[in-house]
Amino acid sequence: MSAARRNPLNSAAAHAALLAYVAIALFPVFVIVINSFKDRRSIFREPLALPDAESFSLIGYQTVLKQGDFFLYFQNSFIVTVASLFFILLFGAMAAFALAEYRFRGNMLMGLYLALGIMIPIRIGTVAILEMMVATNLVNTLWALILVYTAQGLPLAVFILSEFMRQVSDDLKNAGRIDGLSEYTIFLRLVLPLVRPALATVAVFNMIPIWNDLWFPLILAPAEETKTLTLGSQVFIGQFVTDWNAVLSALSMAILPVMGLYVIFSRQLIRGITSGAVK
Amino acid sequence: MTALVLKDVCKSFGAVDVLRNIDLTVEDGEFVVFVGPSGCGKSTLLRVIAGLEDATSGDVEIAGARVNAVPPAKRGIAMVFQSYALYPHLTVKENMALALKQEGTPRDVIAARVAEATRMLELGPYLDRRPADLSGGQRQRVAIGRAVVRQPKLFLFDEPLSNLDASLRMATRIEIAALHRSLSAAMIYVTHDQTEAMTLADKIVVLRDGRVEQIGSPMELYNNPANRFVAGFLGAPAMNFLDAATLGGPGGATLGIRPEHLRVTDAGRIKGTVAHVENLGGDTNIIVETGAGERVTVRVFGQYPCTVGRSAALDFDDADAFLFDAAGARLVAEPA
Ligand SMILES: Nc1ncnc2c1ncn2[C@@H]1O[C@H](COP(=O)(O)OP(=O)(O)O)[C@@H](O)[C@H]1O
Ligand SMILES: [Mg+2]
Repeated sequence: MSAARRNPLNSAAAHAALLAYVAIALFPVFVIVINSFKDRRSIFREPLALPDAESFSLIGYQTVLKQGDFFLYFQNSFIVTVASLFFILLFGAMAAFALAEYRFRGNMLMGLYLALGIMIPIRIGTVAILEMMVATNLVNTLWALILVYTAQGLPLAVFILSEFMRQVSDDLKNAGRIDGLSEYTIFLRLVLPLVRPALATVAVFNMIPIWNDLWFPLILAPAEETKTLTLGSQVFIGQFVTDWNAVLSALSMAILPVMGLYVIFSRQLIRGITSGAVK
Repeated sequence: MTALVLKDVCKSFGAVDVLRNIDLTVEDGEFVVFVGPSGCGKSTLLRVIAGLEDATSGDVEIAGARVNAVPPAKRGIAMVFQSYALYPHLTVKENMALALKQEGTPRDVIAARVAEATRMLELGPYLDRRPADLSGGQRQRVAIGRAVVRQPKLFLFDEPLSNLDASLRMATRIEIAALHRSLSAAMIYVTHDQTEAMTLADKIVVLRDGRVEQIGSPMELYNNPANRFVAGFLGAPAMNFLDAATLGGPGGATLGIRPEHLRVTDAGRIKGTVAHVENLGGDTNIIVETGAGERVTVRVFGQYPCTVGRSAALDFDDADAFLFDAAGARLVAEPA
């Protein structure tokens, strides 16, 4: 270990900086969660106070659960996020394996083409996407969202995963070939498990933007039965009146599943970030 | 029958020629070592033989059949890699059984062959461990076991010892030699280490820049190298090369003399001062710096008291010397 890192003063300073960052990052979340358990008056009178016997109220949660089909929204968001992540990881890993493993004409160009998407925001194509969805009758289906999010996530996924796959030992893949494993088995059984940290990194990077997105649900799937959580919560925000209890409760509940997924991926994520392409 | 025939094999990666016109025959049961400096194309040649790379041109025949278009698993070969390349998610037993399972070998045959390899390589206590829980030497034995269970006609080893420490390397070298004797299959062994080549091979193939420099038994190559590269590559300490003109030879030529053929005398042809002494106990290497600034290594058997800085004269028998022309080719005429 370097002398700088052993020095207790430096170490304390680093921890202080990190703690300060954590406090700043978590503060809004904290405020949202505590206020979701207060009645409306207390929210405005003392936004930073913890709920006490007098101000404690579950009115927000009651409104959310009664109003609209909150569980359906929840389920929609969950299906869209999980399915998009699944396809991003599956197709991303497949493309990355081909780019990393096989020498073919245009390999470089193909890699560049796939990476180009990292720099071009997909929202630029919203009108064209909407036209395509209308033409294929996919408007107001969850598939519309899943397809768009998969397309949006693939460039970065291919880029990160192919970088990691190049690091997987050639000898291991060749040993598999000599032992008669098919290319599919080599991909699924040997290479994928070894790039798990990279898969987790890609999953986390994609998960939060998809979960929080308002743009595409609003444009492509605004129907009642396909509303996502973020879109569904908008009913509480009116032009003139906003039901803050309900908004804060909805947001508090929306945090939970992402946190759950993050916990699943986090150990692998840390390994991924500390070991490779996205340093 | 011949285990392997290579006919005019060439391999290029884009514009880079890595292998050029390789011709080679390996007989059944022969132990052939490819030796050469790093980057000379040894691994590439092995991968072409295994079918992991396609040759750009030329033919590969294994056991009499042309296999250019046969996938690696069907060539009747097994390969041991430098990095062991064990499957991290399988136990030792499963690692060894996988290839047979893929071939559809009956269970009892698989069990018998794994048991045999386990006995031969003393892997009994580790059968249910995963590679991550094994030491380097144990992993290397599992990798060898994985090759042995397939009972291939041709074994391919790619620098199997270079990740082991020195003592283990010698033990494993002896084990591989014993394995070769008991299996009587042909083996091709790649190394950059001339000691491994000399000690293991029936036949050595010296490679440089993708070309075969010389093929022959270890002693043939040692006693009768075709050129300066082979002469300098085999033997440790390496052969000394001196300007032949200063020793009465033809101008422009280089004289090569092995360290053990030099002797320290009172009136030798090579004069200089002792620059360094390496006492190995069994023998002693004396490095002498000549007047012309050349460094000459002398190998003396046994222990030899010698102080750095004293002047020394060296001599040799002309019959032990080799002459090479400026391009490194062997000149057969002896020095005058
Ligand atoms: N897949 C490849 N693409 C391009 N060049 C390669 C490839 N594999 C090997 N080479 C080049 O071929 C040469 C020989 O490599 P190799 O056979 O691994 O040498 P070694 O004798 O050390 O085993 C090296 O210069 C290497 O850079
Ligand atoms: Mg090599």
